[in-house]
Amino acid sequence: MEYLNIVFQEVYKILFLLVPVLVSVAMIVWLDRRVWAFVQKRQGPNVVGPFGLLQSLADALKYIFKEIIIPSSSNKVIFILAPIVTMTLALIAWAVIPFSATQVLADINVGILYLFAVSSLGVYGIIMGGWASNSKYPFLGAIRSAAQMVSYEVSIGVIIINVLLCVGSLNLNDIVIAQQNLWFVIPLFPMFVIFFISALAETNRPPFDLPEAEAELVAGYQTEYSGMMYAMFWLGEYANILLMCAMGAILFLGGWLSPIDIYPFTLIPGAIWLILKILLLFFLFALVKAIVPRYRYDQLMRLGWKVFLPLSLTWVVLTASYLFYFNLLPTN
Amino acid sequence: MIAHAIFFYTFSIIAVVSAIMVTVSKNTVHSVFFLILDFISISCLFIMIGAEFLGMIMLIVYVGAVAVLFLFVVMMLNVAQQKNQWFASAASSKHIPVGLIISTIIFFELIIVIGGWKYKPEIFDVNNSLKVSGLSNTHSLGQVLYTDYIHIFQISGMILLVAMVGAIVLTFRQRSNVKRQSYLKQISRERAEGVSVVEVASNKGVKTDD
Repeated sequence: MEYLNIVFQEVYKILFLLVPVLVSVAMIVWLDRRVWAFVQKRQGPNVVGPFGLLQSLADALKYIFKEIIIPSSSNKVIFILAPIVTMTLALIAWAVIPFSATQVLADINVGILYLFAVSSLGVYGIIMGGWASNSKYPFLGAIRSAAQMVSYEVSIGVIIINVLLCVGSLNLNDIVIAQQNLWFVIPLFPMFVIFFISALAETNRPPFDLPEAEAELVAGYQTEYSGMMYAMFWLGEYANILLMCAMGAILFLGGWLSPIDIYPFTLIPGAIWLILKILLLFFLFALVKAIVPRYRYDQLMRLGWKVFLPLSLTWVVLTASYLFYFNLLPTN
Repeated sequence: MIAHAIFFYTFSIIAVVSAIMVTVSKNTVHSVFFLILDFISISCLFIMIGAEFLGMIMLIVYVGAVAVLFLFVVMMLNVAQQKNQWFASAASSKHIPVGLIISTIIFFELIIVIGGWKYKPEIFDVNNSLKVSGLSNTHSLGQVLYTDYIHIFQISGMILLVAMVGAIVLTFRQRSNVKRQSYLKQISRERAEGVSVVEVASNKGVKTDD
C-alpha cells in the first residue's frame, strides 16, 4: 500500500510536469511559424483560434486521424520504435530541470551529465528511423544527422566543462545558485554563442537542418513516416529544442533566478523566470531559422571540428588558468 | 527492499538477455541495438549501486558515441550478408578454437576476480578512507583519479590520443583527382574573377573554355 502511494504521488508529479511541456511544445510550434512568417512579412497561421493559437492542436488532430503507413520492406519493429524513442528521450530529460530551488522532479547529483547523456541518446531515434525505413533518402538523412549530432555534442560537452569549472558541482540547482551574483553569460559570453550555435546543430534546426534538407533529401529520416508517427517525431524534435533552450537558460542565463535581485522582481516565482528565459532563447532559435541560409555539409563539419572544438578547448584552459591563478576555484 | 530487488532483477535480466541476443541475432544491426540496450541496463545497474557518475559516463561514452560509430560501420558495410556467407562456408570452423581459447581466458579471469572479491575482500580495498568521507561520487572519483593515479590517468589519455592519430594516419590517403573545396578561396572570390561582359558578334557566338 505504501509503495502504491509513492507511485501515485510520483505519477501525479510527472503528469504535472509533462502535460505543460507537451502543451507548450504545441504552442512553441505556433510561435516558431509565426516568428518565421513575420520576418518574411507574412501572416503565418492566424485562423484557428485567437491569433491562430490553436493551429497546432488542429494539426495534431489531423495527424491523429491520418492513416499510419508502414512500408512493406521496412524493418517494422525498429520503424515503429524510432518515433517512440525520440519522443521518450525528449520528455525524460525534463525530469532534472529545476523550476525553482525546490520544484524539481529529480534533484540528482549528476543532473548536467544526465541532460548531456539524454541529449546524446537523441541521435538513436533518427538513426533507427532512417535505417528501418529501408529507403535511400531516409538513410542518407540519418547518416548525415548522426555525424552532425556526434560532432556538435563534443563541443557542447567541452562548453559544459567550462561552466562546471566555475561551479564545482554537477547538480543543476547548484549551477543556478552559483550564478546568483553574475550570470555565466557575461564571463563566458563566447561559450554562450558557441553553445547556442551547437544547440542549433544538435537539434537539427536551420541553418543546420541538413538531415531533412528538403531540396536534396525530401524530408530526410522522416520521409517514410506518416500520421501520428510523423507527429511524434515532430513533437520530440520541438521538445528537444525546448530542452536545449532550457539547458542554455540554466547554464548561462541563471535558470530560475530573477535578473534583478530586488523586491518586486523577487516576488515572481522562479518558474516564470525560467520560462521567460527559455522563450527568449527560443525566439532567437526562430529568428535564426528565418534569416540564415542552410550550411553546406562540409562547412558544417568544418565549423564543428575545426572552429568550435579548438575554441572551446582553449577557453577551458583559459577559464581553468584564470580561476587557478586568482584562487577562485570553487571548493566544497 | 522489495522494490530494489524488483528493479535489480529487471535490469539484470534485460542486460543478460540482450547480451545473449547480441551474439545470437542474425541481423547485425539488431545485435548493435541489443548491445545498446545492454549498455543502458548496465548503466542503470551502476546507478542502482550508487555509482551515478560511472552510469552517466557509460551512457555518454558508450551509448552516445561508441555505439553510434558501431552502427555507422555496421550499416555501411552490410556486415550481415558477409557474416551469413562466412557462417555458411566451411572456413568458419578455423575461428572456433581461437574464440574458445579467448572466451575461456576471460571466463577464468572473471572467476579469479569475483572469487577474490568474494572471499578475500581486503585485497581489493585499496583505499577505505574515501567511503567514510561522505563526498559525492563524482568528487571522490576525482580525488582518486587526479591525485594517486594521475600518471596512469594521463598515460591512458596519451594512449588514446596515439591510437586516434594512428588510425587517422593509417586511413588517410591523399587523393589527387578530387576537387577540393577551399573555404577561404570561395569566400574571397571577387566579382571580376567570376563574371565578365563579352561583346558577342552576330552569328559568331562565344568560345568558352573551362
